[in-house]
Amino acid sequence: MRLGFRRGLIHGIPIALGYFSVSFGFGIMAVRAGLTVMEAVCISMTNLTSAGQAAGVSVIAASGTYIEMAVTQFIINIRYSLMGLSLSQKLDSSFNTAHRLVVSFGITDEIFAVSSAQPSKLTPRYMYGLILISFIGWSSGTLLGAAAGNILPSIITDAMGIVLYGMFLAIIIPAAKKSRSVLLAIVIAALISTVLYYAVPRLSSGFAVIISSVISAFIAAILFPVPEEEEKKE
Amino acid sequence: MSIVIYIAVMAGVTYLVRMIPFTLMKKKIYSRFLKSFLYYIPYAVLSAMTIPAIFYSTGDVLTALLGTVVAVILAYIGLPLIVVALAASGTALIASLLR
Repeated sequence: MRLGFRRGLIHGIPIALGYFSVSFGFGIMAVRAGLTVMEAVCISMTNLTSAGQAAGVSVIAASGTYIEMAVTQFIINIRYSLMGLSLSQKLDSSFNTAHRLVVSFGITDEIFAVSSAQPSKLTPRYMYGLILISFIGWSSGTLLGAAAGNILPSIITDAMGIVLYGMFLAIIIPAAKKSRSVLLAIVIAALISTVLYYAVPRLSSGFAVIISSVISAFIAAILFPVPEEEEKKE
Repeated sequence: MSIVIYIAVMAGVTYLVRMIPFTLMKKKIYSRFLKSFLYYIPYAVLSAMTIPAIFYSTGDVLTALLGTVVAVILAYIGLPLIVVALAASGTALIASLLR
């Protein structure tokens, strides 16, 4: 089935809901750190990333240098390069440079997750749908969180913290059920990530994700090279 | 230090790390190893991002654990993303109300 704009919007609903809750928290945090509502929303609309924004706000709050800001963003967000590389192999032939330039703005953990789980090639329209609804969820959540963060009881915002992780599980578990080699990659990545989390608490979460996933995908690729048919299916 | 420049630096760096590989990589990769590597990357990334972070996602390990168990079961059955995601959150909410 062809992946059009509407399917992108529909597939983006869980992302938008998750984003709304996460960025709501970001809005509260940014205002507490001394930013205005406008500034918080402006950051969300131009960055569209959770960990990077949170780190950015703490650099601003500490009056850090611009270099410090650039390095922090680079380290936390370099995982998007890996995701972009992976997605670049999955694009429909209608994906020209202009489309790539726009869509690359919307490469996030969640958009990457949902789009790379699609069985067919990715079209620009599908990506625009997916990114648009996620962008709206992210920006509006920030606006409401920054403007009225303390209205919603924390018991609800706390429970919303698990939404995006639940979505990740819904992507990887069915895939692991079908393929033992995917299961292996998932288990190794989880193990390394857990060890790093407790053994090297100062390591940024972005780096931990890169180290864990590169090692695990490397091992899986050596032990179980993907057969030719499966590549065509992608 | 100007807030406008801070935001511009944040947005600029973040955009470039996303844009460069995605836009410039126009060749098809033929190496079987590299193809396999990129095939496993999404699953590995999602797994590393979820574990152990999910257990701390609600501010209470017990409610998060219950939400995780429900999510795993529903995902294993093969329910849609949104159902799994909201059920995990709903479970955590109910658990925290009962606690």
